[in-house]
Amino acid sequence: MAVRQTVRVRVNGLERVAETDVRRTLVDFLREDLGLTGTHVGCEHGVCGACTVLMGGQAVRACIMLAVQADGAELLTVEGLASPDGTLHPIQEAFREKHGLQCGFCTPGILMTTCELLASTPSPSTEEIKDWLSGHLCRCTGYQQIIESIQLAATRMASDQMVLSAQ
Amino acid sequence: MKPPRFEYFSPRSLSETVAILAEHGDGAKVLAGGQSLLPLLNMRLARPSVLVDINRVSRLDTVRPHGTGGVAIGATVRQRSLHGDPTLLDRLPILGTASQFIGHQQIRSRGTICGSLAHADPAAELPALAVALEAEMVASSASGERVLPAADFFVDYLTTVLEPTEVLTEVRFPGPPAGMRWAFLEMSRRHGDFALAGVVAGLSTSDDGSSIKAARLVVFGVAGTPVRASAVEAALVGQPPTDSVLTDAAAEATRLLDPPADVHGSGAYRRALAQTLTVRALQACRESHGTAEPAT
Repeated sequence: MAVRQTVRVRVNGLERVAETDVRRTLVDFLREDLGLTGTHVGCEHGVCGACTVLMGGQAVRACIMLAVQADGAELLTVEGLASPDGTLHPIQEAFREKHGLQCGFCTPGILMTTCELLASTPSPSTEEIKDWLSGHLCRCTGYQQIIESIQLAATRMASDQMVLSAQ
Repeated sequence: MKPPRFEYFSPRSLSETVAILAEHGDGAKVLAGGQSLLPLLNMRLARPSVLVDINRVSRLDTVRPHGTGGVAIGATVRQRSLHGDPTLLDRLPILGTASQFIGHQQIRSRGTICGSLAHADPAAELPALAVALEAEMVASSASGERVLPAADFFVDYLTTVLEPTEVLTEVRFPGPPAGMRWAFLEMSRRHGDFALAGVVAGLSTSDDGSSIKAARLVVFGVAGTPVRASAVEAALVGQPPTDSVLTDAAAEATRLLDPPADVHGSGAYRRALAQTLTVRALQACRESHGTAEPAT
């Protein structure tokens, strides 16, 4: 068995292929092999949540899974949120407006968790938001503004949805 | 903080898996959800020479009904299924209640039920549930299959009776006794952390609620393995479920515990906590607050 292997993933809608060490974690694969440095490396043992990405629509820790385990998977990272023209995703816009970040290190992971949360629960309660956020450490904001950001994003995305379905 | 070098195998069948384990034995480690193993690799607390990734092995990712009211859960079924899979929610809702305490959503996306059992952290929820619900573990190797009762499966801190050549392929939870109401409680410093202490309790009472017909009681996070208080369970039968009876039962169930101390709490604190949680859990079963009656 080889110690290197070809990994094929679909990241943010694009097919990407790279040969990598079998011991490479998914987050290092994204950053080092694919050049997608938006996903951050924090604690590297699954505690801080900075490396969170969506795999098949589910929030996962990219630091505690191997790149080879993601072979064939559909991934979404923070780079995939904004439109190609630079228009921010409603979640990003809400975080900007509500000051849901200060240093921003943990933010890519929190945004990805928020994506799954709002996809599965369009109008989450504060308790639900806190439960999902418990998988993330932020040492700047005290979380209150993060919660408010998610609430604003939820409201806006729900009304966008209503406009869409009315059309 | 990067994994050490290893040889990586990603078998597609169980026969291939057990053949690799038979060949590499002690040096091999099975990788399922990886939510405990990958941190250990990153910190180099584990240095297996061979990693056997079972995520692509066919037919291990299923939940199926098992006997009357029970469920059998394959090796790669994620912990998320505990609060999402209809068969599990319908038959053993206590597993869904308890699953909210397992790490975080992001961990439960990957972490597997069988992986948590095989890892055998004494502060983890699933080993305690397996003991309380009298689950059976199916261990497979090149020489066949062993079915092990949960009571005999956990040996000590992070240690089970699984041989290096075996893989846990399925856990079977039998249907719980009819009418038993369950409660699951644990305490940790932060939501999602490992428990300082926790308890799984079950009670069934006579129709008028005046006497206890059967009881289950397992405390965890307080010893090397989950601790089932079998003598206390037996002593509760026939007694009225009054506060004083339940309080005495909790005191007796935790009297002999000698939990380890760590930065989060002393041994004495953990024992007192286990006792308090046990009283509350038994009362919750009696009142069926926060519990659900499993389908039979």
